Amino acid sequence: MELFINQLINGLNTGSIYALVAIGYTMVYGIIRLINFAHGEIMMFGSYFAFIFAYMMPFELPFVAIIVIAMVFAALMGMLIERIAYKKLRTAPRISALITAIGMSLFLQNLAQLIFGATPKVMHPLVSTEPVVILGYNISLLTLLTIGLSIFFMVVLTLFVRKTKPGKAMRAVSQDKEAAILMGINVNKIISLTFAIGSALGALGGIFYAMAYSNVEPTLGVMPGLKAFIAAVFGGIGNITGAMIGGYLIGIIETMVKAYISSKWVDAIVFGLLIVILLFKPSGLLGKNVKEKV
Amino acid sequence: MKHNIEKIRRALYGPTLINYIVVAVIFIILFTLVSTGAVNRYISNLMILVLVMIIMSTSLNVATGFLGQLHLGHAAFMGIGAYTASLIAIGLEDAIANGFVLFLVSTAGAIVTAGVAGLIIGAPALRLRGDYLGIMTLGFGEMVKTIITNLKGLTNGAQGLYGIPRIMTFPIAFWTTVVVVTLIFLFMNSRHGRAILSIREDEIASESVGINITRYKLTGFVVASMFAGVGGSIFAFSIGFIAPTTFNFLKSVEIFVIVVLGGMGSLSGSIVASIVLVAMPELLRDFSQYRYLLYSTLLIIIMLFRPQGLMGTKEFNIPRLFKRIFGVYKEPSSKGSDS
Repeated sequence: MELFINQLINGLNTGSIYALVAIGYTMVYGIIRLINFAHGEIMMFGSYFAFIFAYMMPFELPFVAIIVIAMVFAALMGMLIERIAYKKLRTAPRISALITAIGMSLFLQNLAQLIFGATPKVMHPLVSTEPVVILGYNISLLTLLTIGLSIFFMVVLTLFVRKTKPGKAMRAVSQDKEAAILMGINVNKIISLTFAIGSALGALGGIFYAMAYSNVEPTLGVMPGLKAFIAAVFGGIGNITGAMIGGYLIGIIETMVKAYISSKWVDAIVFGLLIVILLFKPSGLLGKNVKEKV
Repeated sequence: MKHNIEKIRRALYGPTLINYIVVAVIFIILFTLVSTGAVNRYISNLMILVLVMIIMSTSLNVATGFLGQLHLGHAAFMGIGAYTASLIAIGLEDAIANGFVLFLVSTAGAIVTAGVAGLIIGAPALRLRGDYLGIMTLGFGEMVKTIITNLKGLTNGAQGLYGIPRIMTFPIAFWTTVVVVTLIFLFMNSRHGRAILSIREDEIASESVGINITRYKLTGFVVASMFAGVGGSIFAFSIGFIAPTTFNFLKSVEIFVIVVLGGMGSLSGSIVASIVLVAMPELLRDFSQYRYLLYSTLLIIIMLFRPQGLMGTKEFNIPRLFKRIFGVYKEPSSKGSDS
């Protein structure tokens, strides 16, 4: 039982990261119907930004400042990528936009390799990993912070999308772009905003991921990016709440498989899960089934 | 049936006879270079790698270019073929002395396993559309990698498989490639090929004229997988060593870039792009660390400025080229309009 609770906490930790990254996938998909393959790389760059501001600056910054700066930079980067690569292809066939996204993902990976080198950089957790005792269980402060901050940002995001005017505009654009234009919504701005929010949350996920494994490398974003994507599909792509639930589910499933079945087969099992989901319920847990019109 | 044979004969012997002469001339030139030692072993190995890439890209073109499905796991089928062929060859090495026969037997095995894998993954996957299919093939590729890594007893796991007989010679690789490309060409110009093309153009319209979409999608996908098996077999026999990481997502993307660059739906475009993209980074050694940076930049630039690829859906036509250069005779139907 104790092992189970510990694994559950680990699962929540991994799940928080996946959920943060999955939100970016799902928001972008919801608004321009594009799987942003480069999202995992934004996550990776986010952790590099944090690394730079934590270790390569002449002055020392508090943890919160590092996180905020990295998220802002990642948001700018996401907006820039959208402007350069995706904007022109909004009306193009979907396969073209997808290929561009794959190209962008590879490009960013190799760019990072060029700038920072292929060898992983050691990133010590920026907060103490001292265990805190809660109800008799030892939980590290980092884990607590990961789960807590993730949930905080998810709540803020949900409130933002539900209650504020830009949030409403965002939902309007994802429902019907043309009608949104007629209502006087600046679609370009809303798409940029979506990319910015998604990238910032992805970067946060990347920072936590890098601290959990205490290194940063150019291929850091590939695997968690794919898993987060699976989470987004699991929850119903395009649905923000679905992405959060999917993220936590995939995180917990992965940790449980690692703990109780086999750590070697975990990737095969998670990808197998994706295939099963796609086959039996392609719209995901909370997604809507869209009928095709002739 | 007789009608079909007649058609195939026309396609093979008609005005395209000149194609065979050109292929033969290319072979003689390259073979002389290789056999007289005018080019070193490194270059001749590189030529085989180019041939492997030609097989891989033309076969992926069937699934991506002609059928219009985003297929991001082609290297996995190559890997399945490579491992099957290598294991068969290692097992039968003592029984079959002739390298060519050994190659044929093990390649036949590779075609079967890769084809069956294509059938297993394609049957459910092709029900999905565009981007979902891409993700599923990608996931499948990762799964195959994990499975190969974990089947230690059979595949020697992550260390890779050693001791594969290096029976690949330049002539075998060259003529296998010629046969594969010719088969794909004939397939795409057959009734079935046209059906596949119509699916790319408009699924709903082609369904309403009575084309069984699921069947033809699956046919295209399985054909692509089978030839990927051939590519994997040649690759394994020329390198002599394969590891699960050889057939990862990056490899799939590399093949994909070549297809996109050459033009989705143009076999000759794929051939040209394979030659350029494989030979260039290898020959410019200092440049090779920027290889994937170049690939990815190319992908983005092509998609933004020339989404149809360099050749579009056009085929490079040697007879027409000859006519243009030598002005042997004018095409009778060229009144007013350029052919």
